[in-house]
Amino acid sequence: MNFWKKLEQLDRRIIYVIITLAVILPFFFRLGLPISISPEVKSIYDYIENLSPTDVVFISGDYDPQVDAELTPMLEALVRHCFKKNVKVIAANVYNPQGVGLVEPRLKKLAREYKKVYGVDYVFLGWKYGGTLLIMRMGEDFQGAWEVDYYNTRLEDLPLTSRIQDYDDIALVVSLTGSGAYISWIYYAYVQYGQKLAAGITAVMAADSYPYLQAGQIIGLLGGLRGAAEYEQLIGHPSLGSAGMEAQSWAHIAIIVFIILGNIGYFKIKKK
Amino acid sequence: MFWKKQFPLVIVFVMGVVMAVQYFIPHSASEFVYDNYLKWGITIGIFGHILGYFSFFRVHVMKVKKKTPNWGYSLLAIFCAIGMIIVAALDGRGTGGYYMNIYLYTSAAINATVFSLLAFYISSAAYRAFRARSVQAVALLLAAIIVMLGRVPIGNYVSVWTAIGLPSTYDISQWILNVPNMAAKRAIALGVGLGSLLMTLKLILGIERTYLGNQ
Repeated sequence: MNFWKKLEQLDRRIIYVIITLAVILPFFFRLGLPISISPEVKSIYDYIENLSPTDVVFISGDYDPQVDAELTPMLEALVRHCFKKNVKVIAANVYNPQGVGLVEPRLKKLAREYKKVYGVDYVFLGWKYGGTLLIMRMGEDFQGAWEVDYYNTRLEDLPLTSRIQDYDDIALVVSLTGSGAYISWIYYAYVQYGQKLAAGITAVMAADSYPYLQAGQIIGLLGGLRGAAEYEQLIGHPSLGSAGMEAQSWAHIAIIVFIILGNIGYFKIKKK
Repeated sequence: MFWKKQFPLVIVFVMGVVMAVQYFIPHSASEFVYDNYLKWGITIGIFGHILGYFSFFRVHVMKVKKKTPNWGYSLLAIFCAIGMIIVAALDGRGTGGYYMNIYLYTSAAINATVFSLLAFYISSAAYRAFRARSVQAVALLLAAIIVMLGRVPIGNYVSVWTAIGLPSTYDISQWILNVPNMAAKRAIALGVGLGSLLMTLKLILGIERTYLGNQ
């Protein structure tokens, strides 16, 4: 068997080992690659940067553990920015009950870090059945839609949520999702109630969202780990997203090299 | 026969027309209908969950009773479902509690692990299947490579040609996403939107009846 034939039939375990190394090693040997900021990320940053301490940002963690690595860095960067600016945060999991266990601990951790008071600076609503219906009901009667927070406290008993009646009292809704949940937010919160929206989605879905972005239906977009990393750069707090970008860089390079080698082998064999 | 065939058609027609009309009429009666629709929808959905739980237990209890192949997994599923409810009821659902820890260190970890295996499969599949066999395949291959490079910081280093004023992989990838990608996505979205509209009309008018089953 000649070299090219061998290359084409390369054992998949070798590919797995190379990808493993490409992902793990950059966490130990960092190059400090600079990350350029895209306009879709900057626009979310600018919007939150211009909010006042009385404004409220509603973050819906519509995701599950499969996409936790991509979306939690976004959640943390957004919450950090809001807490730094003293903007109030209401977090929930409108579409995905699995997101509760991913959002609640992170929110609590950041609240401790920034010394924020529950009920005054932030509230966690958890998940409630409804999805689209819940989004629509929030536009009519926010407190009636949720009634209680995750810890079973009535919303009228919490200073932050007691003043929220509908979307008019929410400056921005951010949907963090690995599914099409952000599109439902566009259809029912933006189209019906004119609610300002932003989306944080997985890289594989980012291409789908550009029409909504250009149409102005979402004010900005965090696409995959890169979106999170860009936001971390903007708030001056490089964290999970920025650390992951180097690993992603090398993994992408490895895959591109594999594709090129595979094609060289293919053409060499075809020529013979 | 009426209850199985004509009655559902009447409900779909009436509700379809009422909800479409109320959307365009800003009247208190219309708001009353809308508000009640939202409350009813959520309430019915919650009862749907109870039905789901009932169905889940019925399926798995039957499997355990009949000792069908792999019935042990059904027993485990029942144990986990009841166990999580008991743990949440006794210990609460907050951070640091048993409920949250069981979720984070079993379910979440397993889900994330299985999903992350995709990276390895994709690499292997890309190596074996991503071949420049036709003009279209070459275009796809080039676009994929440029976008993959453009989405990571190392793409800037690879773009050595920027020294002579040519756009970087990041710029090209942004152009691909903003122009050809968006044109295609928009065309698909319009097609899907028109298709959904037609399907809705067919449902309301009783032309599309497959949801009724084969009776």
